[in-house]
Amino acid sequence: MVDLWDGLVQAFWLVVTLDAALVEISARSLRVTLSALAIASVIAMPLAAFLAVKRFRYRRAVIALLNALMGLPPVVVGLLVYILLSRSGPFGVLGLLFTPTAMVIAQVTIIVPLVASIAHQSLRDLWHEYHDLLISMNVSQGQKMRTLLWDARRALLTAALAGFGRAIGEVGAIMIVGGNIDHATRVLTTAIALETGKGDFALALALGFVLIGLAIAVNLAIHSLSRTEREGRW
Amino acid sequence: MRALFPLELKAAETARRGQRLVGPVDVRLEGAGCTVVIGPNGAGKTSLLRLMHGTARLTGGSLRWGCGEAEARQRQAFVFQQPVMLRRSVEENLAYPLRARGVARGEARAKARVWAERVGLGAMLGRQAPVLSGGERQKLALARALIIGPEVLFLDEPCAALDGAATRDIEAILSEAKAGGTALVMATHDMGQARRLGDEVLFLLAGRVRERSPAQGFFEGPETAEAQAFLRGDII
Amino acid sequence: MMKRVLAAVAVVWAAGVAQAEDVMRMAVTTSFHNSGLADVLLPEISDDLGLEVQLLVVGTGQALKLGEAGDVDAILVHAKAAEEAFVEAGYGTHRREIMYNDFVVIGPAGDPAGVGEAESAAGALQRIEGAKADFVSRGDDSGTHKKELSLWRAAGLEPERFGAWYKAVGAGMGAALNTASGMGGYVLSDRASWLNFGNKGGLALLYAGDPALFNQYAYIPVNPARHGHVKAELAEKLEGWLVSPRAKALIDGYEIGGEGLFVFNAQ
Repeated sequence: MVDLWDGLVQAFWLVVTLDAALVEISARSLRVTLSALAIASVIAMPLAAFLAVKRFRYRRAVIALLNALMGLPPVVVGLLVYILLSRSGPFGVLGLLFTPTAMVIAQVTIIVPLVASIAHQSLRDLWHEYHDLLISMNVSQGQKMRTLLWDARRALLTAALAGFGRAIGEVGAIMIVGGNIDHATRVLTTAIALETGKGDFALALALGFVLIGLAIAVNLAIHSLSRTEREGRW
Repeated sequence: MRALFPLELKAAETARRGQRLVGPVDVRLEGAGCTVVIGPNGAGKTSLLRLMHGTARLTGGSLRWGCGEAEARQRQAFVFQQPVMLRRSVEENLAYPLRARGVARGEARAKARVWAERVGLGAMLGRQAPVLSGGERQKLALARALIIGPEVLFLDEPCAALDGAATRDIEAILSEAKAGGTALVMATHDMGQARRLGDEVLFLLAGRVRERSPAQGFFEGPETAEAQAFLRGDII
Repeated sequence: MMKRVLAAVAVVWAAGVAQAEDVMRMAVTTSFHNSGLADVLLPEISDDLGLEVQLLVVGTGQALKLGEAGDVDAILVHAKAAEEAFVEAGYGTHRREIMYNDFVVIGPAGDPAGVGEAESAAGALQRIEGAKADFVSRGDDSGTHKKELSLWRAAGLEPERFGAWYKAVGAGMGAALNTASGMGGYVLSDRASWLNFGNKGGLALLYAGDPALFNQYAYIPVNPARHGHVKAELAEKLEGWLVSPRAKALIDGYEIGGEGLFVFNAQ
């Protein structure tokens, strides 16, 4: 309990004094995760719309695969990305290992199935509603997908925020592909793991509280930016 | 441009999971005025409309438009019993089919305003469509169907869930469209409505056309015994 | 809506991205990093050489792996046999000894196994085995783990045959110390990690001083003949600095709580 209290106090002071190291790793956490989220959304949302609209032979298999991949252990993703990006791996020449880019790649891999699955569920429901109308209007596949994506944008925001939550709190994969290098690839979660390893539970907890605060702040910010709460309903 | 009509169905039928929903049907529509499709529940009215509209799969026989299938799809519209509202504003719902056909945003908007005014939704342009009342939604659906200037409009019991006032408004819009040269093909349960709007009647029973007559003649003295029983209220 | 979100993303993006001096990567062991010496040396290296050394803090096993794959430019580890094999196989150009520190036996302050009265490192371990007292092993193929295994063997014991009291946690030094602290067990730690460890709980340093516990650190540049992209020049520059009198003064002078930790012994 002492550690818990110390952690809260320390978190308070770190934030109040705008501790330089804290600001740096928090900004990096945000930058890596928001980049990953943006890329993952660009991949996952159209994929979800495609799966909702298009009937093809392996559709069910693809959906089942996505759902299964939601539970993919991040460490495994980290290891795969590591092997691919290692100097002796197929993409070694790019020199991406132990860079924030590698961390973005790992996080994208982790959250695409999650975002696509959640997005697909809401798009599928909306497609059920719109199906007759859009078929009757004889619009193209692309138009169907765009219509669903636009009209379900609030639900898609929820999917994106779920992806953000998973990515910002992830440590296993980015530890492996980022290497937790001070001033280069250290982010909040890897710093927490490091401080825990040093037995400095109070600092680790303080960083944990900052992480939670950051996640809440981003959620609120995105919600208010998109005015979800005020318009209500949809 | 070739003429859309005639629409010719020969032994046409549609089935789902091996069960025949309607057919075989032999019918030739010339596309003048309002064709009313009546018949008891389960007779296949909706399926026949969908088959003609091209949203139900033809599983037997043939169906031909004067101008060919692909083009015909662009020159017709459909209004459902339960209107499907896009989760957008009234204005955006009206503009949607135009935008989908590549009409420029400004032009689509201007047209949407005109049509909103025409169906009495001029004051609700900015409202979200799904929160409108039943009558307002059906008016919006009707305007959204007519905005593309279809040569034929299919209607599947458009007033089934509406009260008298809303029904009158809808019928006024339909009469205007008819006067403007749009052919109507409408399934209905409301014999009063069938009399008011119909020019000819297709009486359906068990998936087949049992009788086809001019509206006036049909309601005054149907030829078949089944139609007589239906009008008496013995078959529902 | 989308535009605003994108704008927010762009702002966060712009907040990062900076610096441009020479950069090289070095894999170091957890124990070296936990000592805090890196925090003293790296700023000096940056000042003297204009060189930013990015540290990958991993176990010795992974450090060697990173070197083999060419993912780092140099490694600084402490597992002599493995290091020699690494150089032998051509992954590194050569092995340069820099400094040593020592391992210590940590355990519950009450010392139920009587490790404190041992005459030698071997004796200390034999007492733990004799008492079947809980012992936490790194179990992660790290330099410390390898050292621990060789110490057991030197004491005439076989860790493979130990019972449930011998707990291989497969984790870093900090995690192993946390575990020992939590269960009141014995653990072999490098002195630096122990002194910097913040969660000592009921643990105490019980035995130290046997030369068998000395822990030699060596620097190995990754072989550019195998991996053309490694920054051999920077690695050489760093080596020159690490064996310089300046490094000697910093390493020998580094203390925690008044205790010296490392002894510079580069030739």
